[in-house]
Amino acid sequence: MMILAATWDAERLGPASRELLGAAARLGAALGADVALASLGGAGAAEEAGGYGATQAFVIEGDHAASGNESALAALAELAGELEARVVLLPADERTAEVAPRLAERLGGAAVMHATGIDVTDGRPIWTKPVFGGKALAAVAASEPVVATLRRGAFEAAEATGGTTAVSTRTAPAADGAVELVGTDAPAAGNKLEDAKVIVAGGAGIGNGDGFAELDELARLLGGAVGASLAAVDAGWVPPDRQVGLTGKVVSPDVYFALGISGASQHLAGIGGAKAVVAVNTDPDAPIFARARLGVVMDCRAFVAAMLDRLRNAQ
Amino acid sequence: MLGLGMHAVVLLKQILDWELPPSRFRIDSETRRPPDGLGPTLLGPFEQNALELALQLRDAGVVDRLTALVVGPADSADSLRKALAVRADEAVHVEVGSAEALDPSQTAELLLAAIRRLDGAELVLAGRQAGDWDHGQVGYLVAERLGWTAVGLVWHAERSDGRILVQRTGSGADERLAVRLPAVLTVTSHPSLQLRMGSVMDRMAANKKPITRWTPDELGLAPEQIAAARRIELTKVWVPEVERACELIEGEDAAAVATRLLGRLEELKLLTRPA
Repeated sequence: MMILAATWDAERLGPASRELLGAAARLGAALGADVALASLGGAGAAEEAGGYGATQAFVIEGDHAASGNESALAALAELAGELEARVVLLPADERTAEVAPRLAERLGGAAVMHATGIDVTDGRPIWTKPVFGGKALAAVAASEPVVATLRRGAFEAAEATGGTTAVSTRTAPAADGAVELVGTDAPAAGNKLEDAKVIVAGGAGIGNGDGFAELDELARLLGGAVGASLAAVDAGWVPPDRQVGLTGKVVSPDVYFALGISGASQHLAGIGGAKAVVAVNTDPDAPIFARARLGVVMDCRAFVAAMLDRLRNAQ
Repeated sequence: MLGLGMHAVVLLKQILDWELPPSRFRIDSETRRPPDGLGPTLLGPFEQNALELALQLRDAGVVDRLTALVVGPADSADSLRKALAVRADEAVHVEVGSAEALDPSQTAELLLAAIRRLDGAELVLAGRQAGDWDHGQVGYLVAERLGWTAVGLVWHAERSDGRILVQRTGSGADERLAVRLPAVLTVTSHPSLQLRMGSVMDRMAANKKPITRWTPDELGLAPEQIAAARRIELTKVWVPEVERACELIEGEDAAAVATRLLGRLEELKLLTRPA
């Protein structure tokens, strides 16, 4: 019986993968199961798995991106079946939003999306996940094998153990041509939200695209990345890949500036991992203040102008 | 295929108003659901995006017949009226009791049975996740069980050489994919997918259009079959406590506030910037 964690990291195991391995190790200890890691990104990530508690590691070769998610899905279904995996853990992101439910169905089990916690009761994993756009949490039991996506920042990363494990190389089953990648639009410029220590995020209060240009500069001066609420994305002021929230990116920075963001639950569900939220809003009753460590009741554009002024002078 | 569009089905869901403020949101610990009447119910946001994408495909001639399909209690008919008001051709309601909280697998079973009964459907559009239970699975389960192609988080689609060419949000970058039919697309939010308003005439006409109603029984699904399809059980649902510990930063002007805030962030060791 195994817990299988899967990563798309290439050369090294990134923070999200180490969190998966941390969760896998604790769950494995509670269920009496070993941990295996499958890398769809490259051998480097698989080679590091032994150092974080995995007893088996696999690298699955192939041009996975060429078939959308078909190749990765077929390979993971095959491997999870062979290992008789009781649980498959995936990082919660855009890719696994599709992969997890489809994989669970192929394995005859069930998926749990965006899990934020795992408890074992009577030998059975009970998963915690946000519901109602993050306004509530649900504890769920799911038919096994369970394919769960884990929210970034919700689980403690695995400690380095100094161990090693041999890496088995596998080849993904041939894709049947149902989905073919025609092209990729270059990722938009700007720092990666998931890894940023400082995030400067704007909402409806920013008012227009020019306001976001100012946020770009503020983020640059603070060494951070620009994020946005769904309202700002829907208004077309900022590209969709900047959206933070339940249906956007889930972030865990040291400081999250929420500028002109009222704090809808959908948005708050994406910032649960932030060490400190700084809320700036004209409405002192905005729900964002309930989640904030520091607050400023002020027009966010005036605040941004003052911050820019202050930071430019400090350079 | 010139001049011959497809029959597309858009999957809808009527959910509790997702903008209900957290301060008013409650869960009944016994039913593990928000109490009935806590707020209005509406057509969910991603389902609105899916409906809009379906309409855009029809505008482009890719789709020539559009069926709106919903599984849910009586108030779900509102979602179908909304779809008819933007000129969906047909509306189908698989009615289930309000007390039955179906899991994604059970919902998929009912949808599958209905889609199989709809004549010649080749394309299904679903929201990426329903804004109540946020499982984000139904569209994919329908695809896997029908043996159709599935692609997630789509925000644009067009026809190309007998396939559907989609643009979707990938991990790290947007992707353009050629997708074999029949297919299920789950649709994500995008500025281009805000649901249009129906004209006054269309909205009035929508109230007079027929809604096809099928019971699970009529679809060949007995209660025990539906019960056996369950794969996810909610053991507890609760509203987390939020500690309010916000320290307000004030000052005589914006410049003073900015200076004080930066100083405070440094004291808290959250930011290391030149003071």
